[in-house]
Amino acid sequence: MDANAVSIQGEAAASREFPISKQELDRAFDARFPASIAEALRNARVAIAGLGGLGSNIAVMLARSGVGQLFLVDFDTVDTTNLNRQAYGISHLGMPKTQAIRKILADINPYLDIRTEQVRVTQENAAKLFSDWPILCEAFDKPDQKSMLISTVLAQCPATTMVSGNGMAGYAEANGIRTEQRLERLYVCGDQSTDVGNGIGLMAPRVAVCAGHEANTVVRLILRQAGIL
Amino acid sequence: MAKINGETVNAEGMTVAAYLESAGYDPARVVVERNLEIVPKSEYAETVILAEDLLEILCFVGGG
Repeated sequence: MDANAVSIQGEAAASREFPISKQELDRAFDARFPASIAEALRNARVAIAGLGGLGSNIAVMLARSGVGQLFLVDFDTVDTTNLNRQAYGISHLGMPKTQAIRKILADINPYLDIRTEQVRVTQENAAKLFSDWPILCEAFDKPDQKSMLISTVLAQCPATTMVSGNGMAGYAEANGIRTEQRLERLYVCGDQSTDVGNGIGLMAPRVAVCAGHEANTVVRLILRQAGIL
Repeated sequence: MAKINGETVNAEGMTVAAYLESAGYDPARVVVERNLEIVPKSEYAETVILAEDLLEILCFVGGG
């Protein structure tokens, strides 16, 4: 085993021999980008509230992008109704989503600092959970929960900028999904209109497009906060 | 007159709760910003909209 692979943080690395060193994985980051970009992403800290169709896909994209520290929060467990759009597979059924996502991310990059908490986010605990995090993705599915989280965090966590998902149901043209800065510290991604409450279902493509908008907005915020963008 | 989502609206003297109801918003699904500050949900019923207020009301749909 490479001596460099000793300082291992991820689960996969801890549970079996993992021959790829952190340096090798760092080098795998697209070398066409300047090193300052990889460094900004590696030093970044991002929280995600909700690990369903949006959150699980955002976490995977941010891990692939080399975001160094992620804090992932969800109370739920993986079930069969999640498989149509969420990052999980059969092997994760019945597992807490926090545990399942750790396994998925450890398989992508075992050297990331992944923190999880299996808890339901409420008006009472939201500020305590997220006030230390400069960027928070809202990735819930219920509109009242989205509204609660955004109202609470923007009011109580002055150092946190939020990225939210709003409207990605059905199979209408994906071009209707867009990103808008709606408030000083709130970016909203989605078509702003398709509502599962109106009996429209969710399907992997538009959910992933919306998750991609959220993840891309996170990358841009990181680069902007690092003075690169 | 107050401006709500960029439009001049005659809502002076109404509470945020009363305005949301009159405009057809479900208060459980909105985020309200007044003069660049978030209005906590617990304060919708007592926050009165004043003449020069700038409000942003965001409404959320389900899915994620």
